[in-house]
Amino acid sequence: MTGIGLLTTGLAAQDAGAGFDPLLPGLILLLPFLGFVANGILALISGVRGADRVRAGETEGHGDSAAGRPLTQSLPTWIGPGVMLVAFVLTLVNFVALLGVELTEPVIRSYWTWMATGTLTVEAALQLDQLSLIMMMVVTGVGFLIHVFSVGYMKEDPGYARYFAYLNLFVFFMLTLVMGANFPMMFVGWEGVGLCSYLLIGFWFQDREKADAGKKAFIVNRIGDFGLLMAMFMLFALFGTLDYVAIFEAAPEVLAYGGFAATAIALFLLLGAIGKSAQVPLYVWLPDAMAGPTPVSALIHAATMVTAGVYLVARASVLFALAPVGAAAVATVGAVTALFAATIALQQYDIKKVLAYSTVSQLGFMFMAVGVGAYAAGVFHLMTHAFFKALLFLGAGAVIHSMHHALHATHKDWDAQDMRNMGGLRRFMPVTWLTMWVATLAIAGVWPFAGFFSKDEIIWFVGTSAPAGALYVVLWAMAIATALLTAFYMTRLMVMTFHGSNRTGEGERPHLHEAPLSMTVPLGILAVLSVVGGWVNVPGSIRESVFGGFGLLPMSDWLDRWMEPVTASAQAIRLEEVGAYAATAPVGGGHVVWGAVATGLALAVVLVGARLVGSREIRPATESEAPEAGVRKLLYNKWYVDEFYDRFIVRPLVGLSRFCWRWIDQVLIDGTVNAVGTVSRGFGWFGSLFQTGQINTYAFIVTLGALALLGVLIF
Amino acid sequence: MVDILFFVFAATAVGGALGVVLLKNPVSSLLFMVGTLASLAGLFVLMEAHFLAAIQVIVYAGAIMVLFLFVIMLLNLGHDYRDDLKRGLGMFTGFAVAGALAGLLVSQLRGVDDTPLAQHFPGPDALDALLAERGIIGAIAHPLFTDYVVAFELVGILLLVALVGAIVIAKRRV
Amino acid sequence: MLAEALVLSAILFVIGTAGVLIRRNAIIMFLCVELQLNAVNLSFVALSQYIGIEGQVFVFFIMTVAAAEAAVGLAIIISIFRHYETVNVDNFNLLKW
Repeated sequence: MTGIGLLTTGLAAQDAGAGFDPLLPGLILLLPFLGFVANGILALISGVRGADRVRAGETEGHGDSAAGRPLTQSLPTWIGPGVMLVAFVLTLVNFVALLGVELTEPVIRSYWTWMATGTLTVEAALQLDQLSLIMMMVVTGVGFLIHVFSVGYMKEDPGYARYFAYLNLFVFFMLTLVMGANFPMMFVGWEGVGLCSYLLIGFWFQDREKADAGKKAFIVNRIGDFGLLMAMFMLFALFGTLDYVAIFEAAPEVLAYGGFAATAIALFLLLGAIGKSAQVPLYVWLPDAMAGPTPVSALIHAATMVTAGVYLVARASVLFALAPVGAAAVATVGAVTALFAATIALQQYDIKKVLAYSTVSQLGFMFMAVGVGAYAAGVFHLMTHAFFKALLFLGAGAVIHSMHHALHATHKDWDAQDMRNMGGLRRFMPVTWLTMWVATLAIAGVWPFAGFFSKDEIIWFVGTSAPAGALYVVLWAMAIATALLTAFYMTRLMVMTFHGSNRTGEGERPHLHEAPLSMTVPLGILAVLSVVGGWVNVPGSIRESVFGGFGLLPMSDWLDRWMEPVTASAQAIRLEEVGAYAATAPVGGGHVVWGAVATGLALAVVLVGARLVGSREIRPATESEAPEAGVRKLLYNKWYVDEFYDRFIVRPLVGLSRFCWRWIDQVLIDGTVNAVGTVSRGFGWFGSLFQTGQINTYAFIVTLGALALLGVLIF
Repeated sequence: MVDILFFVFAATAVGGALGVVLLKNPVSSLLFMVGTLASLAGLFVLMEAHFLAAIQVIVYAGAIMVLFLFVIMLLNLGHDYRDDLKRGLGMFTGFAVAGALAGLLVSQLRGVDDTPLAQHFPGPDALDALLAERGIIGAIAHPLFTDYVVAFELVGILLLVALVGAIVIAKRRV
Repeated sequence: MLAEALVLSAILFVIGTAGVLIRRNAIIMFLCVELQLNAVNLSFVALSQYIGIEGQVFVFFIMTVAAAEAAVGLAIIISIFRHYETVNVDNFNLLKW
């Protein structure tokens, strides 16, 4: 009822949308929430039943019981992906509707006043514009595919309903994040996705290590949230409002270009983005987050949640345009992260860890893009990355699923995620193999896959920012190096997993199998998107010279033009203060040349890498030894960053906390409290001496009191 | 004549009071208390409170003291009263406190005379006139049923409650 | 006569107080409380000669309350005696929580 009421309120609050009338935006948001409620109830029911079974002495079954799948297992299968499908269709309708109109001002749908305190009024309002719609497309579209994949992947898990409840809740919060029309709304989503991330990383909370990984993610994210909150406080102090539209319109007048306030806000926002998007130095939680179920890694820790930082910078593009130092910091953080994470990925053996570091690295690319003012390019890479990284994770999930089954069948205690235990899986899982190669070529940047267009556009923009400072030449070189490393470690992953001879073991080999249809279909769809996803933003010059003759791909620079209303004011500021981008890369050469060079280099690295890794002799994990020394050992141990943090941040903090606990809390505070208690008891004991219960005493004391009163009155 | 009677009554009242406090036998104490109350009734007559004197004799010396006597007989307290009076320190502190109180009160009352009161208030002549006008009972009854009628009714309720309470408490088996 | 009456009242009151303090028999302590009340009554009556009839009205109320108090108090003493078989107040310590 409430939901319908909200929707009608939204419809009643029609405001001029320049011909764009969004269809039920509230429902898009509400659907995943309803899914969460329904699945949550089912999860509670199944949890109670499971507890009853355990109490009755039955062991928790691994797989279907003889009585068939209970309702708590079969209903989430339809509810979870179902609400996502409806939400996606609604988003698609809105998207298509927006394609036809020129929308310069965002459409705001205000439902009710969330809080009105003094001078601050915050509406529960949704904002629909080009940026939020493209994010919604990614979230609901990729989200739907991953929900479908999860049906197959999580089928045998006892927490099936709970899993879908969390996943739906995540989508709800993610949509709140991208659809909110003001900073507090966005912050609700921001914290909500953090919560869901925590819940899903620690989904198998019986495992201490996994529960700890969830806590780590949550705590590291708090550091970033502090920055975001500070930025919000400063924005409110300066603007008196927290609405996007009002702030971004007033920003050029209120904030001086490059001034202290603008820089501080931008840096605090960056801190928030760093935390959420796992950038240096707060990236450490993301690789550990791989403890969660693999589809969760695909959805939350690759495609959507971790891109919230990029979304934040793109959304607040005006603020970053006004703070050149902040923007440069964004780009630098991105470049350092990209290169740093890529080096670590070179020497990891856990298939998900490689992908995790790859994600960190690719997020670094997006940060570079939004840092140099190429917001459309950043969002473009966000989108294509969502396609191919989700595909890679889901493919890895299919591999792990298969490996887990095989190892489980013979009760072999090998690690199902270690690539050294795989090899030659191509024969057993052809669909997975093929689709993952598509994704690999896409992330490596080979023409005409999606990654080529998005990543090379970023490298191009970083390079052509060179007139703004020598820093960008360095960043450009780092970006190119990262791109080459990316191509290499991804090839290494593919070769170790799918090629060469199988190392799983004789007994296990027959149990290796291709994933079920519910898993392979999403893989196929994502593979198609990983190819065509890049064609939405082919640079005009390339289209002219390469495709010109064929009349293919009419959508040149489509995404740039699509995003223009959102980034126009930021671009105007940049054009005025910094100047235009250079026409050529720092060492010369235009679009076409660099496009050809990039794809050639990427292809070369893939081929050389395949030969290099293929010729290496790989032994199963239990027979291999960790690298002894040198760079390999350094990379294998992830530059010892975790150890560094542990030594210099975590342990001093623990020590300080222990001090606070033992001395300040237990001795000082508890001591004070206890002392107050003891003194009170002493007074009470002393007072109780007078309470003998004997009339004699009382009469005596009353008389004394009367004497005293009389004495006071007289003297 | 009046002064002589006053001192006679005062002496019997104080003597009776000392008997109440110092005699060990509760029945003797009670009888001395009756004497004190009767002396006070006489003093009330001297002070032109005739109605109160009558009440004092009928209600106090009569009804209430008889009630006390009944209770003493009922509880059979007429013997075994050896340690009733405190001895030693208990006796000393009791008298010390009482003596201090006496000192304070008497020190305040020393030198009181009626001249300032006669200046500010109507004085004995006015009371005489009132008694002559309304009669002995009418003089006290008039304010009772006009100015103090609420308090009068409340006291009635209080008596009723006390009656019920006394019965309930005394009847209950403990 | 006023001063003498007031001094007599004070003396009676102090004797009553001393009685409350030095006796152990609950009934006699109670009797001494009555004595204190009567001492106060005497003050009221003495002053009513000068101040007006209201003093006597007050004494009337005090007597009524004393009667009520005597009834309830004696009932309590009976109740306590049934339980403890004594009225020696040294043996009770009921008046505490």
